[in-house]
Order: sequence, then structure tokens, then C-alpha cells
Amino acid sequence: MSKAVTALGGAVNADGIAAIAEVPLQGMITLRGDLAASAVKAAAQSAAGVAVPGPGQANCTGDSGLCWMSPDELLVLCPYGDVSDHVQRMQDSLGDVHALAVDVSDARASFTVTGPHARDVMAKLAPVDFHPDAFQSGMFRRTRMAQVPVAFWMRDSDSFQIICFRSQARYVFDLLSVAAQNGSAVSIF
Amino acid sequence: MLILTCPCCGVTGEETEFHAGGEAHLTRFGPGSTDDDFESYLFMRENPKGVHFERWRHVYGCGKWFHAARCTTTLEVFGTYPAQTLAPPQELCDAISAKRPGWSWRALS
Amino acid sequence: MSTRLATGGRLLNRGDVIRFSFNGQTLKGVQGDTLASALLANDQMLVGRSFKYHRPRGIVAAGPEEPNALVNLGSEGAFEPNQRATTTELFEDLTATSQNHWPSLEFDVGAINAKLARFMPAGFYYKMFIHPRPLWKHVYEPFIRQAAGLGKAPKGRDADSYEHFYAHCDVLVVGGGIAGLTAAHAAAQTGARVIVLEQTAHWGGRAPVDGGTVDGLPVDKVVDDLVSALIDMPNVTLRLRTMGAGVYDHGYVLGYERLTDHAPERAGPRHRLWRIRAGHTITATGAIERPLSFAGNDVPGVMLAASVRDYAVNFGVSVGDRTVVVTNNDDAYRTAIALNDAGLTVPAILDARVLPVDSPLMAAAKTAGIRVMMGHGIARVMGSKRVTGVAVCAQAGEGAVLEEIACDAVAMSGGWSPVVHLWSHCGGKLFWDTDFAMFRPDVDKAPLGADGRAFVSPAGAANGHFGLQEILGDAHAMGQGAARATGFKPKNTAAPAGDSIEEAAMAPVWLMPQGAGKALRGKTWLDYQNDVKVSDVQLAAQEGFESVEHAKRYTTLGMATDQGKLSNINGLAILSDALDQPIPQTGTTTFRPPYTPISMGAIGGEARGDVFQPIRRTPMHDWHDENGADWEPVGQWRRPYAYVRSGETVHDAVMRETQNVRENLGLLDASTLGKLVVKGPDAGKFLDMLYTNMMSTLKPGKCRYGLMCDENGFLIDDGVVARIDDQTFLCHTTTGGAERIHAHMEEWLQTEWWDWQVYVANVTEQYAQVAVVGPNARAALEAMGGMDVSKDALGFMEWADGTLGGFDVRAYRISFSGELSYEIAVRASEGQAFWDALMAVGAALGVMPYGTEALHILRAEKGFIMIGDETDGTVIPQDLGLHWALSKKKDDYLGKRAHLRSHMADPNRWKLVGLLTEDGSVLPDGAYAVADGTNANGQRNMQGRVTSSYHSPNLGKGIAMGLVLHGPDRMGEVLAFPGTDGKTYKARIVDPVFYDPDGEKQNV
Repeated sequence: MSKAVTALGGAVNADGIAAIAEVPLQGMITLRGDLAASAVKAAAQSAAGVAVPGPGQANCTGDSGLCWMSPDELLVLCPYGDVSDHVQRMQDSLGDVHALAVDVSDARASFTVTGPHARDVMAKLAPVDFHPDAFQSGMFRRTRMAQVPVAFWMRDSDSFQIICFRSQARYVFDLLSVAAQNGSAVSIF
Repeated sequence: MLILTCPCCGVTGEETEFHAGGEAHLTRFGPGSTDDDFESYLFMRENPKGVHFERWRHVYGCGKWFHAARCTTTLEVFGTYPAQTLAPPQELCDAISAKRPGWSWRALS
Repeated sequence: MSTRLATGGRLLNRGDVIRFSFNGQTLKGVQGDTLASALLANDQMLVGRSFKYHRPRGIVAAGPEEPNALVNLGSEGAFEPNQRATTTELFEDLTATSQNHWPSLEFDVGAINAKLARFMPAGFYYKMFIHPRPLWKHVYEPFIRQAAGLGKAPKGRDADSYEHFYAHCDVLVVGGGIAGLTAAHAAAQTGARVIVLEQTAHWGGRAPVDGGTVDGLPVDKVVDDLVSALIDMPNVTLRLRTMGAGVYDHGYVLGYERLTDHAPERAGPRHRLWRIRAGHTITATGAIERPLSFAGNDVPGVMLAASVRDYAVNFGVSVGDRTVVVTNNDDAYRTAIALNDAGLTVPAILDARVLPVDSPLMAAAKTAGIRVMMGHGIARVMGSKRVTGVAVCAQAGEGAVLEEIACDAVAMSGGWSPVVHLWSHCGGKLFWDTDFAMFRPDVDKAPLGADGRAFVSPAGAANGHFGLQEILGDAHAMGQGAARATGFKPKNTAAPAGDSIEEAAMAPVWLMPQGAGKALRGKTWLDYQNDVKVSDVQLAAQEGFESVEHAKRYTTLGMATDQGKLSNINGLAILSDALDQPIPQTGTTTFRPPYTPISMGAIGGEARGDVFQPIRRTPMHDWHDENGADWEPVGQWRRPYAYVRSGETVHDAVMRETQNVRENLGLLDASTLGKLVVKGPDAGKFLDMLYTNMMSTLKPGKCRYGLMCDENGFLIDDGVVARIDDQTFLCHTTTGGAERIHAHMEEWLQTEWWDWQVYVANVTEQYAQVAVVGPNARAALEAMGGMDVSKDALGFMEWADGTLGGFDVRAYRISFSGELSYEIAVRASEGQAFWDALMAVGAALGVMPYGTEALHILRAEKGFIMIGDETDGTVIPQDLGLHWALSKKKDDYLGKRAHLRSHMADPNRWKLVGLLTEDGSVLPDGAYAVADGTNANGQRNMQGRVTSSYHSPNLGKGIAMGLVLHGPDRMGEVLAFPGTDGKTYKARIVDPVFYDPDGEKQNV
């Protein structure tokens, strides 16, 4: 697996009002199915080791977790090296249940935005209320950032993790770097 | 710029997160249909001043299609509901009646 | 002369001197000045020339309503024209130049226009420059362009950066005057999230200048206390230098924050556009004083009375030594008293009214020894570049001069107009208040939000309240009301009690004197910036432009960069009078955002330079870039058009790559092709509906080329479908088609066949895909080592999973070139490593990467269609000879019914053919084949067009495809294609498959 690289080779930008960093390769599995079905829930939970989150929620710890993508879709996070095994096991355990589990780890890029002004940076790019009362740890949001689709959640109180398409990694990294430029703190949160 | 609430994921977002999809509750006509029915299905659309039912997709969010009942003059949104239905829910129609007595849209009123 | 007073200036820090330059001359101001106050302090009253007549113009106002003092600011990358001196804060080394004059501000050749004024009435340009028509383009237009326009467009690239910011709140207050602060405080006390925007650098608005008390305390102290209280509230955000620019549907409000305009040395973005969603918006935007219409009211030195007061109180600047005040209301008396208090002379107050008893302010002026002349006005102002005096007349007469008073400034007040712009932007209605002669918000007809309820409330002067007590009461109630409207519960608290001097009623004065004759009206300005006079509006009415919107456009009244902030009410009063109808019947023109101009940079936000648009990059993008890629945009993707070597032209590279694929081995980065996984018990049934051909019969391990039409029957996409297992298919789409076709699938699954058991996932970017193409393709893969890629193990149109060179791969035996060809998918994260490995093993096999143009030529040689070339949204499969891909066994598929429509079944539709020029040259792409005769519009008839055209290095001649009337039945016929270069190209109709018609090369 040494040949596998992230889209930007671990790019970082720590020069601005928040630190931007590309996240190392992260295992991601798209699981589509009836989220109320016990087989689907079991498949998701066994791969991620956490409970299935409700709408708009994510249960993430480290590089494992479950994110609620839509009423019939979860994003399963797991260590990159474990993806193939997990996909196979999920398919096996689902058996004849109508569901789809597919590896999307390499289709994505992921970034963290960290620091006391992380919310400022996010709110420059996404049409979302980032007030601490409105967006908190445990929540998960799919929306757009400037001109591309993204999803994000909070790793802790001043750190966001963002997922975007791999082909748009450079654009998103550059966007975040512009939004984090020095002298641009908004300081309203 | 409108704000809409997606009934599928519960997110209330601005219009840029959504994609408008034209008139709701069209009936598909396929092979075997008359020329008139097929033409109507492809091209004929309501253009009301007032209550209207439309399709929207939460394209930057959960990706789901849903329907919205909206006033084309005031832009008031009476409600949204999932797309897997042939007609709007009765309670939504009742709510519209309370605000716009005498409204009608196609066969609905 | 105008000068700095020894004392006064509540906004100044006199110890901090700032040097700046105006028209190349270095001047001094102090910290706290605006550019306008600093210019006035340096006796620079003349600041520009008017738009049409190039008349000398001075500073009129002290705020955003200023029509005249527009300057060029900065230079090179920071150059910006049309900046208002009155809202430009002074900073060290500020550089400003005046506009619209040549050769200089003091001596302007264009001022000759003023002498010709009577030949240039309203609509002059429309009337004069229409005939003779041919002169417009080369004579009139260049002349007008040279003469017109205020500032010059910047030439340099903007050196600054800009950004957007999405903010959400319960209550947004636009305006940080006493009303806005009071409303914000009332709302914030309920716990609501409140944002307050103030366009200037200071809180309090007019109140500290106009005076009064609140709950017994001086109003300026109350402002400070309110600001401190609001800063301490965690639920409140206060922003100075941020203008509420526009109010839009569903509570959307744009705020325009100027971060570094006043401090260019600071890091960070210059402007920030706030994209605010507010539950409820309060417009506490104050009011603007109106000018009076008398002859010579545009002479430098004639200013708004309250602005004269602002300059004295806020900036310690006297605009003149002797200032005549002319008014129709009490407020201007405050100016007279303030000037008198500052030791300046006010020779007279000319009050157009006749009051039965003296009002308190009038009595105070008289007590101060100021001469008050009731029932009087100005017949005309004397002076050209500066006021030298006024001729006094009776307001009731026709302008007979009673006496002349020497003065160097005139402070005028025609009453006040509430700033209703933001209230009106989204549909708030107005009514005419006859007592104050003004339009004010009709609070019962507010803009309606998403829930159908009012989402904007006006407060204070913006709502037509002027006494401090009325303003505070209104603001408190509106603040509480806004909080209540967003779900908070205000306590039953009383509004702060205001106390200010009682004022007598104003009297509307639309023309001074009332019976002013033609000569005076022709010198009486309504719109200073666009040079519109009372006589112009009257002429427009006379010529039939009776609608206020028509009169506006005919005269250009209110169409300048100030959008008529000073001129509109006076103008429509004149229009109403000319039409002999009441003002409300004339109505107002439409208020449109932004309130004052905002920068293009702020609108663009972060979207410039590298992030102007999202460029999508494949895993091998950097390699392509380092190896000579000439990029082609395909949707948002960038694909190599060709890899240009040193010494080659792009065309050379394309020819080399195309030949090498046929002779040796080519590698194409095909990662951009869409890949959609379709899975479920109903997946086959679903794909049978989406594709025109049958997919449910495809066997696992096999591939099939498929076509997709929309319900209109038109081709929308094509690609190879691979069946992975019984319930799973992988559908390839065109580059750029992945998102569109994914959405197309989801739409049908969610909105029509929601009971079908199918899931779709877009896995396009999970894989890097490389097309390995050419006679040496198999040898290359064998050299990689791993899975069996022999003809028997992996036949044409089959796929298999395996490993190659240690990489997990899925290999498809498909061909878009007619050569032996594999498409190999690997994990995107390993895409570059896999490409490197292929290049390494290919070195001995003549490998070259090839780009999209070689891909196009190779497919055209084989007569393969390309979505977007042979199709344009009006083409159906039958047009392209693809009948074989239209299943006759299926009862239904998208487009099937449409293909039966009469126009689709018309035998006269243009059909696909090959085209070969007689001389081997390349036909112009897109050229039309002409036919005899003309159509109903008198245009030459057409019988076909070129859809693809290339030079084929393998065939040594130009080849083309096209759609031609009855084409397949006309083999051998020669058509004529006129080119845009004036030449006519002749081409023969041939079969579209130019190369290896039997397909022997790909099936080896």
C-alpha cells in the first residue's frame, strides 16, 4: 500500500488565522440501504464500532465512525487499510438484503480546519449557521463550499473535518487557505 | 433568495443548496399514449399566479427530491413533502386553504 | 473661504496630522477627517465637474448622499474611480484626483457645454445623435464616450483580496444611529441574536450633532452607554463601516464591510460581503435632507444645511465665513445657531414659510442676533466657482430681487426624506405624509418572508419620526416587535424618554421662488451629478413622458451613481406639478439594491485567481503538467489535449500521438469518464428503461455499449456498461456526464419508480483509469505481470478483476479507437504509481501518452460518434445510424415514445455521413452545406453541417463527419461548404468509417 498517496500529499497551511491540513488516507465506505433494517445497522456498526447516528449527526472517533448522509445512506469511516475487508464482510453479512456497500476511500480528499477562528473560515465558504449554539460536535452537514459539494463535522470544539471529491482537493485547499488569510478574522462567534 | 426546508434530511438551507425541478405531480405518458397526452406530459405546464406545487432537489445536501408548495407572488412557502407521492398531503392543502381561501391548482383546491 | 476652526470637531484627534494629496498637491488633515472634511479644511470647495455641462461642482453633503464629490482614489492595483469624498476616511498618503475635466479642474474645456445648455435639453442625446445613422458608430459614439463618464475605469489588476461571510441572526438592525442602537438593545434584551450594521466609522448617527437628552442625559453620552452595553452582550454583534446594501427575499440581507479602505497598510481582505439571513430586519437608516430648488443651487458653496452643521460640529470645519441659511423648516435653524456659536457669521436666515408665531428654534436664532426673513427665498446665487452672494426675493413672487447679501456659503434645507431604500427593496410599500411632505413606510404593507409574515420593520427617522421622543419610542417598539416576531418574549419595559426642542411644521417648497420664470428654472438643478434641471423635467412632462419611470430615463434624473438620493423627491414633485396631479399619484421610481455602489471585488468574493472556478484534477494531473500537457477544459475537468515536446507545435504533437497509437502503444488518462454503480434486484429493469438498448440480458463479465436518451428522445449520453454480478452493473458515462447522469438516475428512481429496488453510487473518482491502446497493448500488460490478458482469457467487450504489476485492477477490454485496447481501473490513490509503471514497461514498446485530440481523431477514423460533437441536444440515435442500439424487444424506455413523434420520424431529418474533401484538406468544423434557394427569412437554404473534422495522419488526409439531408442515400455526391474565411470547400459524401471497417485490429 506504499504506492497509495493522498490528492495533495499531505498539504498543510499553518500561516493564517486557522490551520489547514490534508488528512491522511482515510477508509470510507458508502453504505446504502434501509437504515432501519437490523442487517444494515449491524453491518455499519460492526465496521465502524459505533452506533448508527440519526439525521444530521455523525459518530466519529479517530479514523472510525458513521456519518448520516441521507435517509438511505451512511458514510462508514474506518482505517484505510481495513476497507477491503470491511466491504467484503459487510457484503457477506448483508447477504440477500437489498443494500449497496462500496469503497469510496480513494474518491475523496479530507481536510481539517483548526484553531480559534476555524468557525470564521468555515462561515466564509459555506451557507451554514456556524454559531456554537447552532453547529456543534456530533453534527454532520452536507452542503456546498463556494462552488463545490462538501460534508463536514467537528472533531472538537475548534476543529472541523471536511470531505470533498478528490479531484477538487486542490480547489478546496486553496479556498480554505484564502479564507484563512491573515487579517481576515471576523470574530463574531 | 429563498430558504427551503428539505423534508428528507430536515436541513433548512438557502436556495443555492437546492436545485429547482419544475412542476410537481406530472403523470408520465410512455409508449401507447396519444399524441395529445404525450405532448401535454412533455411540454404543457401550469403557470399560476399564487399557489404552486414544484419539485426541488437538495442537490448539495442529502441529494433527495422533494416537493414544495409555494406562492409565486409572495414567495411564501406553505410546506415541503417527500417526492414519493402522487398528491400533496391533505393537511398541507388545508393549511393553504386557511391562508389562500379559494385557491386551486390543476384539479386540487 | 472654508477653513479649519480653532476649536470643535468631536470626531477629530487633532494631534494626529495626516498628509494626503489632491490633484498632486500635498495637503494636511487630521485623524478622524473624511476626505471631504479635510478638503474643506484646506479651502478646496471645488471638487469636480458635472457630467453633461462640466459645471464646477463643490461638496454638497457630508454622507453617502453626496452627488458631486466623486474622486479617483489610489493608483495602479489600488486605483478606484467614483469614490465619495464624504464617506472616504482620511489616511496617511491618501492620493485623490478629481474627475470629468480636461485639462484641469480649474479650467475645463468641456465647460463650453454649459454655454450651449439651451441647445442641450432633456433627451438631447436621443434627439441629436440619431441621424444620420452611419455617423453613430464612428463619430457620435466615440465623441460621447470621450466627453461623458465620470471616473476612468482602472487598467491595472486589482491588488486587493475580498471575501464573503455567511451570517445568521434573529434580528438584524441596519443603521447604528440612536434609533438603531435603541432597537438593537430592546431586541437583544430578550436574548435574541442581534447584528447591528453601521455604514460609517461612528455610532450614533445624527443624534450627537442635533442634541437633546435621553432620560435626562445628553444624547451623545447615551449613545456611548448604549454601545458599551451592547458590546457587553454576548448575543450582539456590532459592525462599523458595514453598510446594509440590500434586502432580498426570505430575510436575505447583504452587508458591505470596508475593512482596509481607511487603513490600506493592514493585512487581510479589503471588503467583506456579509450574506446575512435574518429572522427579522429593522431598517433604522435615518433620513436624508433635501436640497431646495433655486437658480444657482449647484454653485460650489451651496450645501445642505445639516451637512454644514456636521462639518462644524464633527470636524471643526467652517464651510464659509458668511453663510446664508435658506429653509422651509426649523431644523436648518440649528445650523445657523451652531455656526453663530462657532463665531461665524450668518447674515440671514431666509425662511420660505410665514409662521404666525416664532417657534422655539426661531426665537433662539433671533435671540442670538441672527436676522430672520420670513416668506423669503433665494432668487439666484451669485458666483461661478464659488458662491459670492445671494439675491433675495419673496418666495411668493416671480423672483424680483429685493436685496443682495454677500456670502461665501449657502446652507439650504428643503425638508427631510426617510431613507426607505432597504424597506422598499423587497416590496415594502410607502405612503405620502403631507405634514412632512415625504414618502414613509406603510408598516401595514411590509415585505413578506418565507412564512408569509412581515420580515422588515422601519424604525426612527427611517420610519418618518423626527423628534427624539418619537424616534426612541418607535425604535424601542420595533426592536421588541422584531424579537417577538422571531420567537422571543420581550418584557414590558418602557422606551427611554427623549427630550428635544419642539419644531414648527415645515412647508413644502418645490421651486424657489414659487413663480420662477424660464430663465431661473433653466439654472435650477435637481440632479447635480447628471445635470438635470427643473426645466428638463418640465420638458419631459410636456413631451409626454408622464410616467415617473419614463421621465427618469428620458431626463436621466436619479440615474447617476447616487441614484437620486437628493434629487428624486424634488424631481417627482416638479413632475407632479407639471402634470397637475398630486405627488402620491406620480409615485416614486423603484428602489433597487445596492443602497450605494459596492465593489465588484466584494461581489466576486474569494472567486478569483486560482479559485475563480473549481478545476477538477485527475490523480495524474501533475504528471501531465510536467510532461508538456496542453490543457483542454472538459466540463470542470482539465484533460491533456496533447503532450507537446520541445520543438513541436501542438498540431505536431497530436499527429505524432495519433500515429503512435496505431503503430505502437498509447496511454490515455481516462479517469474523468463517469463510473456509476447500479445495484439491486431491479437494476436490470431500471437500466433497460434508461438505455435504448437491452442491458438486462448482459452476462456478468461482459460489457455492452449503450445509448441514453431523455424523454424528448434526444441523445444525452453514451458509454460502456459492465455487468459485475447478477444484481450489479457499472455504467460508464462521458467525461463531465457523471454527475448529470447520476442525478438523472436518482431523479427517475426517486420520483417515478420509487418502488423499484435499486441503489446507485457514483464511484467515478474512486478509480484512476488508463486506456492502454495500440498493437503493443497486450505486450505492455504482460510485461507488467499478473492477470491473464490473452484473447482467450479476456476477449473483446469483456472485463476481469486481477492484478497487474502488483496493483489491484479491473481490466476492461473495450476500444474507442479501433485498436487492441484495454482500460485499466486502479485505486485513484495509486493512479500515479500505476501510470509510472506502465510508462516504464512501455518504454521498450514505443509508449507515448496521448491526449484528447488524438483520441478524437482515432475515434473519427473509425466513425465513432462523440456526445457533444455529433449530438447537440437535438439529435436522436436514428440520425446517427444507431438503429441497432434501439431495442425493439422492449415495451418502453426513456425516449421510445418521443421517437414516434412526427418530427422525429420525419424522413427529411439530417443523417450522419462521412465527408472527404476533394483535395484532402480539412473541412472547417461546424461549416454548413448550402442548398439552392432561400428560406422564409431570406436566408440561404442549408442541407447539412460538419460535426467533426480532423486531419488524419494515419490516412494522410482530412476526414470529417456531418449530418446531411438524406445523407446515407447520397453517397458520392459533392456538397459545398462556405467557410468563414471566404473560401468554399467541396466535400464528397462517403461512409463514416474511414479506417479498418471490418474491425480486425481491435479484435485480436
